[in-house]
Amino acid sequence: MPESYPREIIEDLVDDNLEWNELHNMMSDFKDADRFEQVRDVLQERVDWDDPIVIPYADHLYVVAKSEDRWVIKCDCGHEFCEHDKNWKHDALINVRDTEEEYLEIYPEDMHPHPDYMELREYFCPGCRTLLEVTNVMPGYPIIHEFEPDIETFYEDWIDKPIPTPETQSA
Amino acid sequence: MSSEQHPPDASDEDDHEQTEESFPRMQAEKQKVKTKLENGEGIGWDGQSLRGQFEDLEERTEQTGHYAGFEKLSLKDENPIEYEQMFAQLRGELVNARETSKEVAATPIVEQEGELCYGLFTPEGDSIAISTGIIVHIHTMSEAIKYMINHDYEESPGIEPGDIFVNNDTHVGNVHPCDIATLIPIFHEGELIAWAGGVNHVIDTGAVGPGSMNVSQASRFGDGAYYTARKIGEDLEIYNSWKNDFPDKTRTPDFLKLDERTRMTGCLMIRNAVNALIDDYGIEKFKQLSREAIEDGRRGFRSRIQKTMLPGTYRGASFVDALYEGQDNLSRAYASENHLMHAPSELHVREDGSFQVSFEGANKWGWHPYNCTPAAIQGGIWVMLTQTVIPNKLVNDGAYYSCDFHLPEGSWANTQNTETAHAYAWHFLVSAWAPLWQHLSRGYFSRGFREEINSGNANTSNWLQGGGIDQFDKLHAVNSFEAACEGTGARYVEDGEPHAAAIWNPEGDSGDAEVWEMTEPLPFLGRNVKPNTGGAGRRTGGAGFESMRTVKDVSRWLLYEMGNGYMSSDSGLFGGYPAASGYILNAQDTDLKERFENGEDFPQSDLDPESGDFESKIDGDITRRPEGISTPKEFDDYDMYLNYLRGGSGLGDPMEREPKKVVEDIHDGYVLPRHAKDAYAVVVNKVDDEAKHNSAVQGEWELDEEATEELRQERMQERKERAQPVSEWYEDERLRIRDDEDLIEDVKKTYESSMRMSKQFTEFYHEFWDLPDDFRFSLSEDAEKSLENRFKTGKKRKWKNPTKSHETWLGVGRDDEPEVPYTWNNERSIQDLSGPDASFETPSRGKAADDD
Repeated sequence: MPESYPREIIEDLVDDNLEWNELHNMMSDFKDADRFEQVRDVLQERVDWDDPIVIPYADHLYVVAKSEDRWVIKCDCGHEFCEHDKNWKHDALINVRDTEEEYLEIYPEDMHPHPDYMELREYFCPGCRTLLEVTNVMPGYPIIHEFEPDIETFYEDWIDKPIPTPETQSA
Repeated sequence: MSSEQHPPDASDEDDHEQTEESFPRMQAEKQKVKTKLENGEGIGWDGQSLRGQFEDLEERTEQTGHYAGFEKLSLKDENPIEYEQMFAQLRGELVNARETSKEVAATPIVEQEGELCYGLFTPEGDSIAISTGIIVHIHTMSEAIKYMINHDYEESPGIEPGDIFVNNDTHVGNVHPCDIATLIPIFHEGELIAWAGGVNHVIDTGAVGPGSMNVSQASRFGDGAYYTARKIGEDLEIYNSWKNDFPDKTRTPDFLKLDERTRMTGCLMIRNAVNALIDDYGIEKFKQLSREAIEDGRRGFRSRIQKTMLPGTYRGASFVDALYEGQDNLSRAYASENHLMHAPSELHVREDGSFQVSFEGANKWGWHPYNCTPAAIQGGIWVMLTQTVIPNKLVNDGAYYSCDFHLPEGSWANTQNTETAHAYAWHFLVSAWAPLWQHLSRGYFSRGFREEINSGNANTSNWLQGGGIDQFDKLHAVNSFEAACEGTGARYVEDGEPHAAAIWNPEGDSGDAEVWEMTEPLPFLGRNVKPNTGGAGRRTGGAGFESMRTVKDVSRWLLYEMGNGYMSSDSGLFGGYPAASGYILNAQDTDLKERFENGEDFPQSDLDPESGDFESKIDGDITRRPEGISTPKEFDDYDMYLNYLRGGSGLGDPMEREPKKVVEDIHDGYVLPRHAKDAYAVVVNKVDDEAKHNSAVQGEWELDEEATEELRQERMQERKERAQPVSEWYEDERLRIRDDEDLIEDVKKTYESSMRMSKQFTEFYHEFWDLPDDFRFSLSEDAEKSLENRFKTGKKRKWKNPTKSHETWLGVGRDDEPEVPYTWNNERSIQDLSGPDASFETPSRGKAADDD
């Protein structure tokens, strides 16, 4: 059981440079105990800003520490959305596909949802306009807040590490 | 008892040398049970009644926080090698039973697709070890055993050595009635020490329409034959009453007979394996193992969650359509209405690594065959977890003991009404668990386990089903299990697997066309990868495929479709798009025969529905429509039917997909060339009409890198122009809802149904859109009547006498727990989550469990 992968393997995982057989082995193998810390450290090096990453939140998005007791959701382009326990989508840009014409850009005829029954909500980062999430819901559905991590329990009870702060990051 | 102490004839039985009437070990056991019963003792351990033993187990589990009170795994800790040997031996024998017995089966469903599985259970019905295959049914069999215990089968009809039980009742322990389970009790020294169980999917249940999952019935009475945890034999001999009963309740009696032999073969192999294990290790070690393995599984689940996920709350919602308005051949006029499934999915991962899964807000059940029971939902989620959280040998009911389910009574997810139909419960079930993949993937992402992230699964359809008089002039039914082969959701690190498997059978397969043609009068005209079925994304969803079938040498033959049409049930993840939805394509009264005779071209595919290619190659009455469900309709020789199997959803922004991969997608038949530009902003040019690649049908294409770069820049600008701040959109949308504009009745009816089911959902909906407290969507008289009819129908429970902990079926969470919290409202704090004290013990730390 590997307690830990070498740093370069984790870098390759983050940078999408692993071959399929390496990924497959990784899937089949025991889970390494320090993956979170290793990936977090690599991601911290990859981003262009200094706020300490508390957790990777979603593709391109992070919860970062602005102070000891303030965490925000931030895109890797630098755009900051909201407090970590709020729904970042409320601060995003949205495009709704709810016509046949708009569906046909993505799907062939007859192979897309009926616009009266389902719409696609595309959420973009206002900073870099990356498409961060697409949700397919009935028209009229509230915006879904998908993930509220319990960061304190995770750090304090699950991995027994201090939560990163701007002070500890620069230390 | 050691092996030396066995009566000399015992080994004969195990070596299959006994005469027909012998089974000496079983007969000896039967005598011991008889003596115990005469002495007023039960068949449980140490003379307990089985129900008493079950209640005792529940109590010890509750009091100690460990399965059956096993706070220590003494066998595992003190003799780990022996523990592993014993468990591996059991596991191996279960897999062996499946691999051997499936060769007994006649239907390609079992033999080709492997729609079969086995489990070994404790006397109380908790699974200890399982085979491979359709392992969703491990937990459903567990429920069936618990049903028998809770309904005093020990007293009547009795549970004795050599007894054979069968169940396919969804309200007892099943997903839908076409999965039939055989259960046999295993005894040692007059005590019930285990159950062996096997399930397979049968080809016809004798429903109102042919096939295993008919779609035109409104209630249970059209679902086909239900066998409610019935004793069908003793002394390992099937009763004549059963032999003369069930064959007339199906259109395919020979297949069902062979299926039964398959299950019996496997169960007897498992029984022999258990006897051998006891001979080798002794009964006390076997009992110890059976308890420890489940406690080990429970700990392993939690340990794995704590290693790979994040505590907190995860939410999602999925939908699927079941459109019946105007369908022909419905069994009740009031079933002629459209239904949409609404599945709000909320997962709490608690501090101790345990799960709470809630479907609060799910809408009402309907007069359609897609309703679910708790056994279906729990089994379904369990099989999904085995493919993500616990992809290892230690899969058993330990995982179940780490999950609490809140399935609102009266919703489609827990009808608690035996009048409801369930023939294709999977339609809602598969769709409803789609968000769970994403909950797990979000956790894996945060922990850095990128190799485990998966955007979801396919909607496992279309189901080609039907029947009539076949090519051998016999009454027959078909259920093509090509649906066991669908595209999978995109992974974070790789595209989804194309035409690979179905979530309910990890070892799924499309089956050989030639084998299907032997049992179905539906020759293949073509079988192809279907473009644009996988969702677009940085990683694409795995593509589905399609088969073009015709009909030959039949009379009074019916066919129908079953799948999603107006809705995509599976979301994309992190900017990926949902998989494509389905459609129906048939041709009747065709000129196919003449085309064959004249050597003319005929349709072999429908790769691009917009191309007109199909219509250009056949004359006839062509039906092409974007729905996914049709009720049985007549087909004749040379009619045509498209069987389209779905793809998986995508992951990541499609603009981040490497342009050269999009060209490969075109050449592999996964993407139509025009969608390179539309969906991926990739410019490709056709360089040759002749395709050089194996799967390519669209010619040879090459990438224009410069134009692609330019287009992608333009597209980013377009995004800015097309998109608006969510705050602006919210205001417009809020007014639209408040003023009850635009939304169609089917959608409004679904919201109303959820609101009438759930005070919490109502409050959430009102608060989110800032609506007045008395807000209600206006509905037509018909829609009002439909809701009223179903809400007033009330409950008709199947479980009359559940033990204490089994009330989880009926309520919210185990009854020693607080209700699963509802947390969709914005105001809540994540600290409102119930703490680990609510369920079982605090997690053990510092010691790696065998969880990987």
